[in-house]
Amino acid sequence: MKHSVFLRGVIVTAEKNIRIYYNKAPVIIFGLLFPLFMFFAFYMGRKIDVSVFFPGFLAMALFFTASSVGPLITPWEKQAGTYERLLSFPVSINTIILGDVLAGALFGLIITSIAMTVAVFFLEIAVNNLILLAITIILGSLCFASLGVLLASPSVRSPSHIMMFSSLIRFPLIFISGVFIPLTELQGGGRILSYISPLTYLVDLFNASLTGTSVFFPVLDIFALILFTCGFLFIANRFHKRNLMKGL
Amino acid sequence: MFAIKVENLRKRFGNVVAVSNVSFSVEKGEVFGFLGPNGAGKTTTIRMLTGILTPDVGKVVIEGINLRENQIRAKMKMGVVPETGNVYIDLTAKQNLYLAGRFYGLPKNILEKKSEELLSTLGLHERRNDFVRTFSKGMKQRISIACAIIHNPQILFLDEPTEGLDVQSRRLILDIITDLNKKGSTIFLTTHNIEEANRLCERVCIINKGEIVAIDRPEKLRGTFDKTQSIEVSFDRSVNSDLFTSGFISKIEMYGDKLRLYTNDPDKTVKHIVALAEKKDLRIISMTICGASLEEAFVRLTGGEK
Repeated sequence: MKHSVFLRGVIVTAEKNIRIYYNKAPVIIFGLLFPLFMFFAFYMGRKIDVSVFFPGFLAMALFFTASSVGPLITPWEKQAGTYERLLSFPVSINTIILGDVLAGALFGLIITSIAMTVAVFFLEIAVNNLILLAITIILGSLCFASLGVLLASPSVRSPSHIMMFSSLIRFPLIFISGVFIPLTELQGGGRILSYISPLTYLVDLFNASLTGTSVFFPVLDIFALILFTCGFLFIANRFHKRNLMKGL
Repeated sequence: MFAIKVENLRKRFGNVVAVSNVSFSVEKGEVFGFLGPNGAGKTTTIRMLTGILTPDVGKVVIEGINLRENQIRAKMKMGVVPETGNVYIDLTAKQNLYLAGRFYGLPKNILEKKSEELLSTLGLHERRNDFVRTFSKGMKQRISIACAIIHNPQILFLDEPTEGLDVQSRRLILDIITDLNKKGSTIFLTTHNIEEANRLCERVCIINKGEIVAIDRPEKLRGTFDKTQSIEVSFDRSVNSDLFTSGFISKIEMYGDKLRLYTNDPDKTVKHIVALAEKKDLRIISMTICGASLEEAFVRLTGGEK
């Protein structure tokens, strides 16, 4: 009974988020247009092998899409005055957090799957391990949707402040995670920095599933992504609880 | 059995004690008013009673369920109309009701029937598929109430439900509250509208600076301050209030085109007014003797009048 109420709360919260936030401008700009422009900026007019950089691009797309919904929801609801109503329903803060994560993860999952399908048919990108690819997309979506929800936890009432803050956190990660420079070519400090970025393990897993080559063992990448997801969820829970009433 | 039982509730925000040692109980089927001036601790208390805010100290029991130990079960028993609880403007009226109903686990057929019924009662059936962003404040508040009662809650919490609404919306909302109560729901109403509390509530609790200063039936509270009565009189032309100054009149106030004279001896005061009117050739348009109002009790209890 208790678990079914919890699960129902998570699903209803996610459905609400999908209906309301998927078509909001910040989600479209930061979640869809931005990774696309980054792709064009980096690849257009340069004689590079797309298949080499495609795993990095796919990871970047998943990273931006999955983490674009979460930062918007709580500040938006606090500003619109709907957050208190949401809290008054039979839900806990964990229900709301997981509902937000689910909405963000589904967004990442859908967009990345579309991008992957287009790449397979039009760019002739080969898939080395389909099951590993599916696991990578699901795990990456959950991990970065959790990061997105964590980024929403500072107590601000204006969604634009959070979007700026989340960009400040997200942008540097793409430069130290093997998206533009392959992980094998990262040296010294860059290499060490790459270890603390969850995106590194996603890029590596995409490399493993698409090209069959990776820097770390795929199991280690999976373990790292699970660890980051749990960490993001744990910290998000603490911060959201602490800032619950701020901005209401 | 009590619908709500509150014991020694306390909440502090930084150095500010918002609510201190608040204890009371609400019987099943009762309409209970929670009154207080702005910043008295009404919203903090209602947030603690509805599980939105966790008290630092104290216990809240909802329909026999300890809120702290089993928050979700307790929340299933209640409907809440929060003070700032706006509805989702990016959803239609019907979608908002469906969303609320689904959180409470209503099956689809019941949800369909109940939302149609509520939208009709609230006069919004024709607008059911319109986005709430196109609604007036009163219409949004009606949707807010519909979301709170879609699952027929045993207890309905309303935080300033008629604040800033037009007369029609206010009447409609008050009728809905009365109707729900007749069907057996317990109503917990916070307001600073004394007239509303007087009209609806069987008992009122007055809170000031985070502490309860009185809990009683409105008439009993009025009776506490019944020693001073007032006489409201209006004439066919403006008069200077100083004209009526007398030893048995404690205070004179202007109320629009009326004078309100406070006294412990209404008989002498009425005769005094009539005599003066006769002498000054004033025509009396209306004259009413009023007892102490609940508003007066409220003002005195909350220290609004020294």
